[in-house]
Amino acid sequence: MSHARSLAWFARHEARLSWRDTLSMMTAGRPDRERRVIFWILSFALFLHGIAYLVLQRYVGQEIRLDAKTLIAVTAAILLSGSAMLSQAMESITRIFYSRSDLELILSAPARADKLFAVRIGAMAFSATLVSVFLIGPFIDILIWRSSLRWIGAYGLLIAVSLVTTSIAIILTVKLFQIIGPRRTRIVAQIIAAIVGGIFVIGLQIAAMFSGGTLSRMTFLESDFVVNNVPDATSLFWWPARAALGDWRCLVWVSGIALLLFLAVTIRYAPRFAGYVFAATAVSYKSRVQTAGSRGFRVGTPAAVLRRKERLLILRDSWLISQSLMQLLYLVPPALLLWRNYGKGGVAVVLLPVLIMSAGQLAGGLAWLTISGEDAPDLVSSAPVTPRQLLRAKMEAVMQCIGLVFCPFILALTLFSGRQALVAAVGIAAAAISSIAIQLWFRTQAKRRQFRRRHTSSRIATLAETLVAISWAGAGGAAVTGSPLSLLAVLSALVLLYAVSIPFGAASYAKVRRQRALVALRAPAPAAPPPAA
Amino acid sequence: MPSQPSSALKIEGLRKQFGRPAVDGLSLDVRAGEFYLLLGPNGAGKTTTLRMVSGLLKPDAGAIHIFGIDAIADPVAAKQITGWLSDEPMIYDKLTPVEYLEFVAGLWGVERDVAAARSRDLLHWLKLDEHAQERCEGFSRGMRQKVALAGALVHDPKLIILDEPLTGLDAGSARLVKDVLVGKVRAGNCVVMTTHILEIAERMADRIGVISNGRLVAEGTLAELRDRTGSGQASLEDVFLAIVEQDRAAE
Repeated sequence: MSHARSLAWFARHEARLSWRDTLSMMTAGRPDRERRVIFWILSFALFLHGIAYLVLQRYVGQEIRLDAKTLIAVTAAILLSGSAMLSQAMESITRIFYSRSDLELILSAPARADKLFAVRIGAMAFSATLVSVFLIGPFIDILIWRSSLRWIGAYGLLIAVSLVTTSIAIILTVKLFQIIGPRRTRIVAQIIAAIVGGIFVIGLQIAAMFSGGTLSRMTFLESDFVVNNVPDATSLFWWPARAALGDWRCLVWVSGIALLLFLAVTIRYAPRFAGYVFAATAVSYKSRVQTAGSRGFRVGTPAAVLRRKERLLILRDSWLISQSLMQLLYLVPPALLLWRNYGKGGVAVVLLPVLIMSAGQLAGGLAWLTISGEDAPDLVSSAPVTPRQLLRAKMEAVMQCIGLVFCPFILALTLFSGRQALVAAVGIAAAAISSIAIQLWFRTQAKRRQFRRRHTSSRIATLAETLVAISWAGAGGAAVTGSPLSLLAVLSALVLLYAVSIPFGAASYAKVRRQRALVALRAPAPAAPPPAA
Repeated sequence: MPSQPSSALKIEGLRKQFGRPAVDGLSLDVRAGEFYLLLGPNGAGKTTTLRMVSGLLKPDAGAIHIFGIDAIADPVAAKQITGWLSDEPMIYDKLTPVEYLEFVAGLWGVERDVAAARSRDLLHWLKLDEHAQERCEGFSRGMRQKVALAGALVHDPKLIILDEPLTGLDAGSARLVKDVLVGKVRAGNCVVMTTHILEIAERMADRIGVISNGRLVAEGTLAELRDRTGSGQASLEDVFLAIVEQDRAAE
């Protein structure tokens, strides 16, 4: 047994907490779901292997050639996963600094806090590795199975990338802390994390758009322009790609450097984490003054104050903004495409599905926040307004936000074609309303800070939201080309919506029956029939 | 038939089950202008009762009338004249106290000028004026409790229902809250409150109801309760413990 307060003791404590936390998140706090969750995880892993097989089938069976195109493709894949890991690590560090949770207990104990933080840094790297192994592992497995055993080196590289990205994330966050202070670091780090997560994909799309006029990343990466302008095949730049492709010498070097960097960062920064946590805690004790200006006391109708409250809460929550920003970032390339192709046709086929899909996803998130993530449920439930009025006001608040974000795109589209703008408007509205309806049917009682866990509270809702948004996006894309497939896509969206509404309908029916039974109980007993003559 | 308006809160045969009965045929009658305290051991059904009165839980059976309004048949009308404060203050971290009161006043449809004046008074009475424009995220538990209390009072409810309103308050803040509540009762409003601080119950309550196992096992003024238990000049704590013990023994 490890000695109390030793590194191993803290590691065991952390492992137990992380395991229970993860399990609780996956099962949405219901222990009876554990077996089902394991089944779904295994099924999803199998599904990913199938996807990987389909994607890679044109490459499998080929000899690994260390030519420029292969090196570029592998390096792009490494940068892609690296940017996602960096984003995740920055998010984790911000949470360590700003959520007090058990830190007050541990920091008030006569234990060396640097050990705990060293373990937490290690846990961050481990979880980043685990997530990427789950998502990228299937592709590596297929390459090992169908191409060459040398691809096993890619697993080693994944660990190295997670060590490097965790180290970079720590350095970046600490530097932000030192330069702009604890109060601003919180929002800036979260926004940077959101941007970093998507920047590589978006950057590639923008580059592809300006070089070839398409949004295809692979077309850009395989273009002569890129192939002719990358460093020589013997350059150090390609070492990570070579390591992934099974060059053991490169793998040892890359892993060694990554490990050294990680150890150096841990040794340097772990002892200082306690200071950062104290500084961050002091921020949470300070109240933020909201400059009201000279405006008077504002009171509106219940619907108006509900909409205003929802707007204020969304706008003042930096974390939520960064999460929503992540979704909106993917609108940048199509927006640029729209701007670049101003006056030309054919853009809408690419743009509309992206817009509609984004609207559905954004509306789903906002609807969860307003409908399920109500921080004062007792207050609004005890107000003299009907539940219908409450829900309507909350839905209106979501639709207002969606309108605010997507109206500029629709207006820009009207410059190309009124028909395209109309299709976009209808598609965005349909996707947003569908997502709101799904959130309404599957609403739960939660806190706004549990936003991250919204996907685990109902997997059916999450899946339905995505599939319905895809259907509406497909319908929009097909409609602008005049394809009859649009009708099929609309039908698919409606069937999906109907299918997910069935459990809701059943629940409502049961509720109505319960209410009728209650009324019957409260009603006075019928008078005894008059005695027969 | 609706109850007489002199009755602020009339509960008849109220039942609620969560697997086992939480409230089991509870009946009580609180008069207008009365400070009524509900006492009971943990899990006795106090909070469940108050949540049903506030319209936050649907009863399985029974009737609730608030100033003559059937709270089950017409919950919106009943809520219009009721104020509710939970033991766990739920406010919005990202709003300031003023914005929170604007929101609550809007929900209850209070006129702007009236709401502005009341908010100013409440924030002043509760010594929150200095923090009126600060977001609630940095507030202590006591300050959050005071903001929530201001929210429960901004629409000047005729019936004020408070579940452990003094938890987490320092002595000064608790005194402020007590003064505000006493002022409301003197103005003709009715306060129904639960508390574990028996010294407050002893000093403030016009009448005390003791709940055990979801039933009202004793009710009256402190003197009446003393007579019932034959405890002479005993403290409320002794009287309360004696009543609960008698109820357990009777079971």
